[in-house]
Amino acid sequence: MRIGVVIVIVGGTVGTLIKGRYGAAQWFDFLVFGLTIGSVYALVALGYTMVYGVLRLINFAHGDIMMTGAFSGYFLASHFAESGLLDRSPVLAMLGILAIAITTSTIIALLTERLAYRPFRHVRGLAPLICAIGVSFFLEQTFRGAFGSGIRAYPDPKWQKEAISIFGFNVPLVEALVVIAALASMLILYLIVQRTRMGMAMRAVSEDADAAALMGIDVDKVVVFTFALGGAMAGVAGVCYAFVFKQVYFFMGFTPGIKAFGAAVLGGIGSVPGAMLGGLFLGVVESIGPALFLDGIGIAAPYQLRDLIAFTLLIMVLIFRPYGIMGERMSKKRA
Amino acid sequence: MSYATTNRAGRLRRQESSPTRRALNVGLIFGAIGVYITVVGILPLLDARWIVVGVVSLGDAVLITIGLGAGVVIATRRTSSEFRSLLLPSLLAGGVAGGVLVLLTLAMQLIDLRRIFIVLSPALLRTLTFGLGVPLGQAVLILAAALLGALGAALTLAPSSIRRPVVVGLVFVIVFGVFQELIQIMMQFGEFIGSLREAIYTWEGLSPGGAVAIFIVGGGGALLWTSLLRRQVHDRFARLTATQQTYARAGRGVLFILLLVLFPVVAGSYIGQVMLLVGLYILMGMGLNLEVGLAGLLDLGFVAFFAVGAYATALLTADSPHALASYTALPSLSYWAAMPIAVICSVIVGVLFGIPVLGVRGDYLAVATMGLGEIVRVVVQSDMAAPLLGGAQGILQIPKPTIGGFELADPVDLFYLTLGASAIAAYFAWRLENSRLGRAWMAVRDDEDVAQALGINLVKVKLLAYGLGAAFAGLAGSIFAVMLTSIYPSSFQLLISINVLALIIVGGMGSLPGVVLGAVALVGLPELLREFGEFRFLFYGVALIVMMRLKPEGLWPSATRRRELRAAAGGDVPDDSQEVAAAGSPSAVHGAVK
Repeated sequence: MRIGVVIVIVGGTVGTLIKGRYGAAQWFDFLVFGLTIGSVYALVALGYTMVYGVLRLINFAHGDIMMTGAFSGYFLASHFAESGLLDRSPVLAMLGILAIAITTSTIIALLTERLAYRPFRHVRGLAPLICAIGVSFFLEQTFRGAFGSGIRAYPDPKWQKEAISIFGFNVPLVEALVVIAALASMLILYLIVQRTRMGMAMRAVSEDADAAALMGIDVDKVVVFTFALGGAMAGVAGVCYAFVFKQVYFFMGFTPGIKAFGAAVLGGIGSVPGAMLGGLFLGVVESIGPALFLDGIGIAAPYQLRDLIAFTLLIMVLIFRPYGIMGERMSKKRA
Repeated sequence: MSYATTNRAGRLRRQESSPTRRALNVGLIFGAIGVYITVVGILPLLDARWIVVGVVSLGDAVLITIGLGAGVVIATRRTSSEFRSLLLPSLLAGGVAGGVLVLLTLAMQLIDLRRIFIVLSPALLRTLTFGLGVPLGQAVLILAAALLGALGAALTLAPSSIRRPVVVGLVFVIVFGVFQELIQIMMQFGEFIGSLREAIYTWEGLSPGGAVAIFIVGGGGALLWTSLLRRQVHDRFARLTATQQTYARAGRGVLFILLLVLFPVVAGSYIGQVMLLVGLYILMGMGLNLEVGLAGLLDLGFVAFFAVGAYATALLTADSPHALASYTALPSLSYWAAMPIAVICSVIVGVLFGIPVLGVRGDYLAVATMGLGEIVRVVVQSDMAAPLLGGAQGILQIPKPTIGGFELADPVDLFYLTLGASAIAAYFAWRLENSRLGRAWMAVRDDEDVAQALGINLVKVKLLAYGLGAAFAGLAGSIFAVMLTSIYPSSFQLLISINVLALIIVGGMGSLPGVVLGAVALVGLPELLREFGEFRFLFYGVALIVMMRLKPEGLWPSATRRRELRAAAGGDVPDDSQEVAAAGSPSAVHGAVK
């Protein structure tokens, strides 16, 4: 399998480059779009990785928590679009939308932790994961029931369509903003984890929960804090994702959620910088990959296979390097 | 764990000491449930279905249940058994629950919530206020809820000789009212039954007189059974010799199977269709049960095997340009020749699935298999594979199977095919469970490292679990293809994998009767309550969470599992089941789902 993938990558790349169907501007577009979507993945991946670090739980519903943020952001955004605030003072409007999305996602994340995950704190095996799958379904279907199953279009203010110039290439303003917002949030998160007492406690619990508890760390509090941080990041991610794709619907969190989990594994689950790098890497590979690898070996409509690349990457990482790029080698007896 | 749990239990007990506060909490919780089902849109949907025409709709029944439920909870976790001391708390709990709903109606009046929550229409407001207009209806809502709370508490405290007939009678009325369409179809045979039908039903549902009659019949029957017949039957059964008892049990089983076989003939092709679908899920459930229940390999890509079975059947038999027969030298096969090949294809894919993910464990395995399942779907759906597999347009014109010139066209015929296949598959599953391989699977499930140390070949055992599990799904997929006579990639969503997982968990992992029960509850019921069908995934989500928390062993656990659980629980807290339920639940879950 490894050899086959290498052949596809090398053969495809050579083939595409020889054909020369894409110019430099197009490659740059792919790269920027990859970084944009990758930074959203990175934000979601942070939630997975932190929760996994502290609880050893795959929070299957994390993508749906992102969806809740996107939805609440949508309602405020369409309100602002009607009142004209979105065009009059975009900065204020965007901050408001981000604030409400962050609040919603954080509240939902805390509620799921309290109601669904806490009873499983000391349970090993499949039960917590199955419960998490249930939570994911519950959130999706609740939003479907309450807000309808249709796809709702996000407001699309004019200023977002403007392009700015970077290195002589045109980049849509939305994409630039998304990357900036994501990087800023990640910087804040990194500072919280590295510099505050709570961040230190988080890292301690992540290392060894029992020892941390013996050192007087309130593990419950740390877990709640972790979920809150992850929820906040997911809220930012939800708004970013919705503004890039211009739509919200109840199932929107599922695929990015799975991919972000892949990104978290890719970067080494449990590692905060790993999740950031993994997300960006996955986004870029997914964006450039279809054109670079698949077009060259003569596959029709390679863009339909974008998810194929992401999932193949995920499986390859799980099989060959489950400890990821940045992660430390886990002991074989994983919890 | 012990420190934290005792601490929490202590806190809970302290809260319980104030009945008013508890009543308030219970009322708030039930009110919140009421608001939730309203906002999500379940209540308006249920309101469209009558239980008794013109009197009570299913939505009303749910509202009534909320009031009653608050009272029941107050009364079951009581401190004293005197009704007088519970009267006020239960009134309060019911009233608070009603009050929360009233708050919702007030909010609906004041703000235009409909722009956000799509179901909150003026019609819903009328339903919630019983069409009595605003202030009056709201007052009535609170008052009715409070009284219902008291009634619920009273009913809980009443001796079982009263409670049981009332509850059974009500259940009878609800079942006869909710499933009126089906029952009316079934009651069309014969003069006598036909006139009986006309006596209790109008064309749109149960008539008030019929409801009273059914309540009396059901309740009276329950009364008769508890007070007279039950003891007699038990006595007679006890007096039988051991062999006779075995025969009696076997006779009961045969009777049940006979009923099952004859039922679709009586009930018509719609029921046949539903039972066929349930049968397909039972087949898949048994397959996944081998993987998850016995071998402990959580597989979220199970739908891929189902798809392979369906596509293989389609490619081998269909009368379409995508069929193998149309562009290779292969002849177009009959269904009976194609089915085994489809099963074999599924096994091959199952083993291929297994190879890359062998080294991956636990949660990671779930995600890896889900990724593989999604890869299969993406590939089948893409234009790349379209020349071979038909892409998004699918493969059409798959012929129905025939037996000697007789075409199995009706869903009922195909149901018998599924029944036969399920019976064979169940036999295999049952034999596998008690085989050397089955015990090896369970060893791997419980501790992989120890199993390996005991000389179990992990690679072989795991691949066999994947391969055999896939065979069941392939068989189901093959029947699915001829059921629809055309297949599309969009039929093979991840949701099917989750469906199957949910049904084996609800039924009880590793238990064959559990699979049947789970499939009937999770596939059959939503299908019968058709308008409720769009909420089935919400129901699945809730079922997964609730089952994992309250009853991780499932509704009908296997005997081994029950024993294991008891052993695990007994290890922590010796023989006090109440304590085990409260404090030992984490360890019980641990034992159940490893």
